[in-house]
Amino acid sequence: MGFKFVLLWTDVVLWLMVAAALGHAFRLRRRPEQRATWMKVLRDPAALSAGLVLALFVAVALLDSVHYRRELAPTASAAADQPAYFETRTESLLERALSRQVGMREVSWSAPLATHALTKEVVETPEGTRRDWPRLLHGGVHLTDPAADWRGDVLARSARGALGGLAVFTLVALGVAAGLARATQVTLRAAFGDLVRDRTTLPLRSLLATVLVLCLAAGPVVALMDVYHVFGTDRTGNDVLVQALRSIRTAFVIGTLSTLATLPFAVGLGVLGGYLGGWVDEAIQYLYTVLSSVPNVLLIAACVLMVQVFLDKHPDLFETGAERADLKVFLLCAILGITGWATLCRLVRGETLKLRELDFVQAATAFGVSRARIMLRHIVPNVMHLVLITTVLNFSDLILYEAVLTYVGVGVDPSTSSFGGMINLARTEMSRDPVVWWSFVAAFAFMVALVLAANLFADGVQDAFDPRSRRVRPRLRRVAP
Amino acid sequence: MGSYILRRFGYGVLILVGVNLLTFFLFFSVNTPDDMARLNIGGKRVTQAQIDKWKSERGYDRPLYWNDAEAGTARLTRTVLWERSISLLALDFGRSDSARSLDIGHEVRTRMGVSLQLALPLFLLQLVASIGFSLLLVFFRHSRIDFWGVVLCVVMLSISSLFYIIVGQFLFSRVLRLVPISGYAPGLDALRFLVLPVALSLLSRLGTEARLYRAMFLEEIAKDYVRTARAKGLSEAIVLGRHVLRNALIPIITSAGSYLPYVFLGSLVFESFFGIPGLGAFVIEAIAGQDFAIVRSMVFLGALLYIVSNALIDITYTWVDPRVRLA
Repeated sequence: MGFKFVLLWTDVVLWLMVAAALGHAFRLRRRPEQRATWMKVLRDPAALSAGLVLALFVAVALLDSVHYRRELAPTASAAADQPAYFETRTESLLERALSRQVGMREVSWSAPLATHALTKEVVETPEGTRRDWPRLLHGGVHLTDPAADWRGDVLARSARGALGGLAVFTLVALGVAAGLARATQVTLRAAFGDLVRDRTTLPLRSLLATVLVLCLAAGPVVALMDVYHVFGTDRTGNDVLVQALRSIRTAFVIGTLSTLATLPFAVGLGVLGGYLGGWVDEAIQYLYTVLSSVPNVLLIAACVLMVQVFLDKHPDLFETGAERADLKVFLLCAILGITGWATLCRLVRGETLKLRELDFVQAATAFGVSRARIMLRHIVPNVMHLVLITTVLNFSDLILYEAVLTYVGVGVDPSTSSFGGMINLARTEMSRDPVVWWSFVAAFAFMVALVLAANLFADGVQDAFDPRSRRVRPRLRRVAP
Repeated sequence: MGSYILRRFGYGVLILVGVNLLTFFLFFSVNTPDDMARLNIGGKRVTQAQIDKWKSERGYDRPLYWNDAEAGTARLTRTVLWERSISLLALDFGRSDSARSLDIGHEVRTRMGVSLQLALPLFLLQLVASIGFSLLLVFFRHSRIDFWGVVLCVVMLSISSLFYIIVGQFLFSRVLRLVPISGYAPGLDALRFLVLPVALSLLSRLGTEARLYRAMFLEEIAKDYVRTARAKGLSEAIVLGRHVLRNALIPIITSAGSYLPYVFLGSLVFESFFGIPGLGAFVIEAIAGQDFAIVRSMVFLGALLYIVSNALIDITYTWVDPRVRLA
């Protein structure tokens, strides 16, 4: 079986960003002052725990960003030298990992962990036909008598899952303690004591508590998801858990790509305007005032409507439906970037105005360094902390924004799973009788976890990189032991 | 002051011209009027004659930017760009592109009243609630109340407004049956329909705003005049309510003022979820129906409101802080 890797636009950018982040981490080894600032982020318990949760979400998003198309088995009559044909459906590594759950497709809605469908149908029985809730095709089929066995089976599996989670946690805790013991050159027992009393440089106790919560939450889900639909199924019978996991990638793409798309405008124009001044500055100020005076949603809606027509007129740009949907997400990010750079540009311009008058810039000017070089080497590196803070702060806002845009009808393609799309569907489902609440709850749980983690991490980054914001953090006074 | 307002007005007109050029370029360059006609007439087979009729009915049958068929200044004025821009700058929105051909100006006037009924009480209540909550947190700063209050804020701002709406509608309208799920009635009856959207909108923004205001108050509280006020023996409540609140008003006005355009434009999401026929719902309908004339007019109106409210904010500064001079 051959594969053909499909490089979607957003995949390329996501992986490039990963490469850039790794490159930055590598460079940190030679820059102790920047490393110290990052260590400050990690020393914040909330930021460290949120960082772990975010890292898990990133892992899921990246798994979902390796796409390929399977080769179709050659037909009997095919000539030996004919080119290989590939499936039209694009698959990702995440779908491969969840292939069992993707394959467990029911007919329609079913409640979480259910064994029977939500709506009654005509069922054939030996005594004749009657209206009843039919058994699901995949959920809980291993039970011969669901009425009697269901509760015990679910409890037993959850307990096994929780035990598995505990085992993983124990391994992690042992590993952390061993690492700590080696680093601080104490016995393993003393290292445990330090961990429990929270006497470590990094807030490892909070980190381990987060690991414990995650293990206890994920264990039962993993144990149950092979035979049940943990979050139920949607109208077309697809597993809601799979959809929620796949929505993470969309959220990440929109959250990061859109800010990335603002950077050329915001940093480039902001530094140019602030450093050069004069009519260039006036023109740039005029440009961003015009952009920021238009209500954002309207401008985005207008652009997205344009893009829609453009895509309809140029079907030659993509081979498969997945590529079309992806191009739409990519263009949506570009639009969000092009319409949203005004705020950061204003910040960067203000900072540049301040930097321009500082001694090191004056010295560079006196040495005869060219203006372009001063801007690139002396000013841009010194506004990068603003870029970083804005990026992490915008990330969660953009994820929330995607939901609103999708609701308005100018968001991602309906075939792309996204939190906005799930909420949008849930709106009609919640007004049904009986209430279909599980899509809504799943979207809520995943989205709040992601956005909350992003917000907490962003606060930590802001505290460490922006000297002005540190006072504001509420802290309980520690009682001396 | 007079010359300031005059200059402000001039720059405002300049910005509006820019906004108009931007939207015009966006709407007419990517999509030609022919495409719009095809989209709006609908159906599989659209003849050129139908398209031409649609275009001439709506005045799109001229060249876009430059009319070679005319002579003199008419080359510039007898174009779609000129005619549309001049009418917009004179606040004549014209008619919508759809088959119903609504008078946009009339729609805007009637719907803005409805939007105001929802947004104005919301704006004022929001200000009171956010300031009250953040002052409470500041009063109990560095205590458990402050800590958990901020945690609550962070959790609340991590929840999408759509969740508040769906849960609120489900709980109060479907389960408890206290208020209607959606709809609108003029007059005093409107209260029944507006109570839930106002409350939910308030809740969905409280986290963000209260946390922001709290930070502003804390910045102010570190200043010397606060220590002086305490040294005089004033109680903490009076220090906060009389001294700190007044001095923190400038950043609060700046951040609350950015919502002013939406007081008139209404909220897209809340109006369409609750079936309130305001301007926000109007825009959503226009986007869904791909009615470009309406979207263009609303973009223009939004920009106009933004400029006016920014000027208002700047003038308010002089009233709040006598040291501010507008020049």
